[in-house]
Amino acid sequence: MHELSIAMGIIKIAEKETKKANKTLVERIELEIGSMSGVELSSLEYVWETAVKNTVLENAKLVIDYKEAKAKCLECETEFGLKKMYDSCPKCSSHFKNILQGKELRVKTLEVT
Amino acid sequence: MCGVCGCGTDGVSINKPNKENNHIHEHSHDGHTHEHSHDGHTHDHNHEGHTHHHHNHHNNQKTVIDLERDILSQNNVDAARNRGYFEAKNIFTLNLVSSPGSGKTSILETTLKDLKETLTFYVIEGDQQTLNDADRIDALNIPVIQVNTGKGCHLESDMIYDAVKQLKPKENSVLMIENVGNLVCPSMFDLGEQKRVVIISITEGEDKPIKYPDMFDSADICIINKMDLLPHLNFDIDKLKDYALQVNPNLHFFEVSATTGQGMKNWYEWLKKELKQNQINNA
Repeated sequence: MHELSIAMGIIKIAEKETKKANKTLVERIELEIGSMSGVELSSLEYVWETAVKNTVLENAKLVIDYKEAKAKCLECETEFGLKKMYDSCPKCSSHFKNILQGKELRVKTLEVT
Repeated sequence: MCGVCGCGTDGVSINKPNKENNHIHEHSHDGHTHEHSHDGHTHDHNHEGHTHHHHNHHNNQKTVIDLERDILSQNNVDAARNRGYFEAKNIFTLNLVSSPGSGKTSILETTLKDLKETLTFYVIEGDQQTLNDADRIDALNIPVIQVNTGKGCHLESDMIYDAVKQLKPKENSVLMIENVGNLVCPSMFDLGEQKRVVIISITEGEDKPIKYPDMFDSADICIINKMDLLPHLNFDIDKLKDYALQVNPNLHFFEVSATTGQGMKNWYEWLKKELKQNQINNA
């Protein structure tokens, strides 16, 4: 996906919430990003510094809570780690599954001053 | 610039087809912070949690905001609003997605030609530029609105909201939304539809579903188009279905040719059955 534009989406949310709270800067921002959200962490970190210049996030500490994708088989209820969207259950090989986590793409918390 | 896929969504325009093109509506679209007149309380939405403000005991006026805000939340909020509107007016809405050139518009044309005496249709067309697709639908005397996304690569729910306001679909009708040809980004944007239809033609590769899993995962049915060309190709339909079922085991398939009409009857039967079910659900 386009990590620079993801960063811009995050900046928009941060600016809106900072303004809403009547504050000026974000000191710390915690993101929750799943392994199957489509975001490459290293790319995001690479573009982050440039993207946040002259925004409320300019000096914020970036903390990423990375969620490894997990699924639950709908046939035998086995929980297993998911590497690819089309992975099957390691126990019974079924493709019917519920994705428990791994698709998160959200701003979790902001610390503002 | 769109805050997710980087496309420039300034300059989205919504138009009627050329025949009656006296009404150009400029819609400036700001990605996730598109403000609606009743905004302000849309943040308190049950799937976003609620915002918590903690004041810590140090003297530096720091505030922690527990946000849990999905980066795509604004579109989801708008999509929910669209969905509620469609349910209230019993408008059965479908979102047609595919690569460019799979045959979305042709399938639509054939469907409308065959069913327009039986069902009431409305169409929203999405393309970067031109009114070409809207003109094709308009030639069948079906009410249609064209959304031109400019640099944008997908339709979003607030564009649908604006288009519907102009289209004014009647109750108990079918609304077909033909999305921008793109197998990636539209999968992430809920438009408020009841059903999502992914279309793939047999001139594409059998492994498309695993190359673009998000799109096939998010769809309810898959229409396999251009079946009239099968004798000229080395295409393995079972392989395509296998790949697709790996990504989405609940997918149903229809094998059609929009140009010869082959297989379209089964798609029509599904459409009528789902429309009826939708009416029952909304009653």
